[in-house]
Amino acid sequence: MTSTVLTVATMGEAASAVAQGATFFAGGTIIMRDINAGTAAASLVRTTDPSLKQIRISGETVTLGAGVTMANILANRDLAFLHPVARLVGGPQVRNMGTVGGNLFAPHPYGDFAVALLALGARVVMAGQGGARPVDDLLRDGTRSPGLVAAVEFARPRSGTFGFLKVSRVKPKGVSVLSVSALLPREGGRIRGARVAWGAMGPRPQRGTSAERALEGQSLTAETMGRAAAAAAEGLNPETDAIATDWYRREVAGVHLRRMLEQMERG
Amino acid sequence: MAKKPVNFTLNGDARAAFAEDGQNLLEFLRRGVGDMSPKYGCGQGTCGACTVMIDGETQLSCLVLAEAVDGKEVRTASGLPSPALDPLQVAFMENFAAQCGYCTPGMLVSARALLDRNPRPSREEVIEAISGNLCRCTGYETIIQAILAVAEGRVRA
Repeated sequence: MTSTVLTVATMGEAASAVAQGATFFAGGTIIMRDINAGTAAASLVRTTDPSLKQIRISGETVTLGAGVTMANILANRDLAFLHPVARLVGGPQVRNMGTVGGNLFAPHPYGDFAVALLALGARVVMAGQGGARPVDDLLRDGTRSPGLVAAVEFARPRSGTFGFLKVSRVKPKGVSVLSVSALLPREGGRIRGARVAWGAMGPRPQRGTSAERALEGQSLTAETMGRAAAAAAEGLNPETDAIATDWYRREVAGVHLRRMLEQMERG
Repeated sequence: MAKKPVNFTLNGDARAAFAEDGQNLLEFLRRGVGDMSPKYGCGQGTCGACTVMIDGETQLSCLVLAEAVDGKEVRTASGLPSPALDPLQVAFMENFAAQCGYCTPGMLVSARALLDRNPRPSREEVIEAISGNLCRCTGYETIIQAILAVAEGRVRA
């Protein structure tokens, strides 16, 4: 089936088209594969609205337009804490194309940037809708968007509280065996409000609630890391694909969680 | 089906052509405009054989909507020699950096984009820059050597 592509000048027009059933075309790295294969949605919409590419940093709040690419993030010095994440998405060409918004809808085993956003507790701003909703909701609802994502916003993590690790067989540019990210804010040396997120450990990026429980209220000692690693795979149902089996992913999840925590502890 | 006019610059020359709805840039360049240097490898953004520069950034032309390059500057491997061979092309020949040659146009575009923004890359930066381009013949080493030869000024061109 061939698709028709509507190009509009503003996010408002694009949001209207999406509300009427069109699929939004962002960086193209996922959707254009479907167009080439003849399996894309019949009606697509894209926009040339420059607001989609805005990066705003005001005080402690970071706002990334949905059309900001991985390369745009890597070119921004104020977003250095996200460079280790953006650098591990795709190859150089894909990083010049793939967007923050599109990554939220990337199917398994993609979506490593969304894993970091989930750990950061990002909120998603929908075009033409007031307020913002937790990225958790959007990721839980699957690949269908309840509107058009305009931007994501989150608080800049304090130094040493944010971690990310992606495990690939091919380097550089390999897809995920798994990816894991964490935000571990401290109060008086104790972790308060732990967030752990997994990629490629299920159909969509998801929270690691069992690891979070093991970390919450603790100081980040070797013993705490061991307990988090032991609990890591509880409740996760990863897929088997060409990269790894579900069994393997569950076996190694704890090892990689511990390595990331050790990395964070070293700073 | 609606055809869409696309006005763009190809290797420095102003061009105008019609794109089909949903047509990718690779097909548009090869069939519509007649530039056969970007190659069709996988059609899904994995192999990098179709790599072109759009406004100076490498992108995968099989995953770019043709109509999206309206008003933009596109560079392909066929635009590299100006007027003689690009030093990269000379270095690829001198270092035996091609066997079947299918990945070469994409490799050249990725390498040119690297050297344009970073004329003296390290070996690691070269490897990173061509990590989105697959080569099933050479094992990459000769390609890395060719690019480093240009970066280190060891190529006459």
